[in-house]
Amino acid sequence: MNLSRRQALALGGAVVTVSLVPIDFAMAASDEATKEAINAFTGGADIADGGVKLTTPEIAENGNTVPISVSAPGAVSIMIIATRNPNPGVVTFNFGAMAKPAAATRIRLAGTQNVIAVAKMADGTFRKTSNAVKVTIGGCGG
Amino acid sequence: MISRRDFLQASMAASAIYGSSAFGNWARLAAAQRLSQDELLKFETYGNVSLIHVTDIHGQLKPIYFREPEINIGVGANRGKVPHVTGAAFRKLYGIKPGSADAYALTYDDFTALARAYGRMGGLDRVATVINAIRADRPDALLLDGGDTWHGSYTCYQTQGQDMVNVMNALKPDAMTFHWEFTLGSERVQEIVDGLPFAALGQNIFDKEWDEPADLFAPYKMFERGGVKIAVIGQAFPYMPIANPGWMFPEYSFGIREEHMQETVDEVRAKGAELVVLLSHNGFDTDKKMAGRIKGIDVILSGHTHDAIPEPVLVGKTVIVASGSNGKFVSRVDLDVRNGRMMGFRHKLIPIFSDVISADKEITTLIDEQRAPFLSQLSEVIGKTDSLLYRRGNFNGTWDDLICNALIDERDADIALSPGFRWGPSLVPGQDITREDLFGATAMTYPAAYRVEMTGARLKLILEDVADNLFNPDPYYQQGGDMVRVGGMGYSIDVGKTIGNRISNMTLLKTGKPIDPGKTYVVAGWASVNQGTKGPNIWDVVENYIRRQGTVTIDPNKTVKVTGT
Repeated sequence: MNLSRRQALALGGAVVTVSLVPIDFAMAASDEATKEAINAFTGGADIADGGVKLTTPEIAENGNTVPISVSAPGAVSIMIIATRNPNPGVVTFNFGAMAKPAAATRIRLAGTQNVIAVAKMADGTFRKTSNAVKVTIGGCGG
Repeated sequence: MISRRDFLQASMAASAIYGSSAFGNWARLAAAQRLSQDELLKFETYGNVSLIHVTDIHGQLKPIYFREPEINIGVGANRGKVPHVTGAAFRKLYGIKPGSADAYALTYDDFTALARAYGRMGGLDRVATVINAIRADRPDALLLDGGDTWHGSYTCYQTQGQDMVNVMNALKPDAMTFHWEFTLGSERVQEIVDGLPFAALGQNIFDKEWDEPADLFAPYKMFERGGVKIAVIGQAFPYMPIANPGWMFPEYSFGIREEHMQETVDEVRAKGAELVVLLSHNGFDTDKKMAGRIKGIDVILSGHTHDAIPEPVLVGKTVIVASGSNGKFVSRVDLDVRNGRMMGFRHKLIPIFSDVISADKEITTLIDEQRAPFLSQLSEVIGKTDSLLYRRGNFNGTWDDLICNALIDERDADIALSPGFRWGPSLVPGQDITREDLFGATAMTYPAAYRVEMTGARLKLILEDVADNLFNPDPYYQQGGDMVRVGGMGYSIDVGKTIGNRISNMTLLKTGKPIDPGKTYVVAGWASVNQGTKGPNIWDVVENYIRRQGTVTIDPNKTVKVTGT
């Protein structure tokens, strides 16, 4: 029997606790890993939104190899985080003084999730942007 | 959607742009029951540029019946907005009388009776007559094909698209974009495109390995018509390798590629384009979103989701025109472009009533030539239908109910899955089912009817995944098909929920018991995108079933309960 969350809630507290704990735990673990990965990069500094251009497909053609590109004028390094991967920290690009702060690569995504790009600017501040990438089983198009 | 009154007010407020639709004339005409070719084609030539749009013909050379959807649910910002308006609400929105020719062409109700009164629609020889008439008014009109052209019929399958290529080439299009064409395989696509006497466009068709624009397809083409520099940009179906078998065209990558779209628009403007036209296979809601985010597109000719919309929809100053499917309609858009700006437009969605619009003899002959080698197969009667067979609608239609019944019966399965395609002509009760009719609903290049075991959990995952392709509130995450059709299993769906939470109450119909996530069920289906799928061709499975039935009857399907609309 498939219980939707709403149906599960209607059944009473005991059932809710049992059915939802593993899910919450999994999400918390992943959120924690994401937070850790970002903190390792920023040292816990505040991160402003915007100023980073992250290009990802809306829906991945193949979750095993998803083309992404990122750029952030004035950045000295950019970290890519896949929030629902077992190890969210995917890659960090470091740019020399002469380099244009832009990079492109392919990453593997374990499923539908947000991909975050955090940029460290020359003045030591941080900026970020986030895109949702859907990984689908596909098969029934128009 | 902007109502007619809002539309006029909006035009006055904007003052630089105004428009009119010829639809009112057509409605009055139909009410008078006085359809004539002259009236259907009547159009006061306007401005200095004419665009002719055809799209999603799906291999239909000859006139067909095609019932528009009863259920077409919009979500998020598109809830209750065109094209997610059907039946009586649609007629009210556009001032269409029940029982009129336009009610028949554009809405679903009383389809059988109206089909008998108004006859078949479409046929490329009739389309040719309309195109010629427009060209008589405006010799340099641009003819633009939105794709899904080389697919969908017996002759198209047998000739790998050559029948459609031959007939379309004779209509002399100026440009085309793509979707199902790629399911012919990249080698065949290259062979055809290399010989095309017009532009093959797609700003989002990329070389997969290098993630840069593919050599074979141009992102745009510049034209000069009526003294106006026009850029036509192509947008192929963004999700081809996901919704269709990517292994058939492994060299290519697609996607929405919004950033590249903006760069392309900027590039053509910099080259002096005074009018930017997007020939799109995005689907309507995706085009609306794109119109609101990309600066500098004047007109979007929208395809993929098969919507026939009698008046353009405006997003900002971008005019979006949708021209239906299966050859039922041709759109004419006249534009006044002056001083590098679109100043106004006039539009008509021309319904191709095949008994009213005369056939162009040259094209009739050409169509007959394509069909001649296959006539005996095409016309072979397989059975008869007592029910209206149609496909369109967000959930099960009778054509797919028939296919699912055949899969369960012929393949000894518990549950059947049939993909939510939007192509495939309708048959009216009492009609013979010929092989041509059967292929109209099934012709494609990955037809294997698989038979596999799946757990209840896997079935739920599939239904959730497909539902999110249809009901994700962000159009950029929609793929433009309808819901997978299910036989042997009922379910409830709350379209307003998120992925993983929409589907409930999955029930095995033959026992009435809930589907057990851990239990295994025998599932038969077709059109898998996976390479190496095994099984007989779907048309053989369905043909055997119809032959055993003799006459098929499909009872109304009440197994899907929909909420959250």
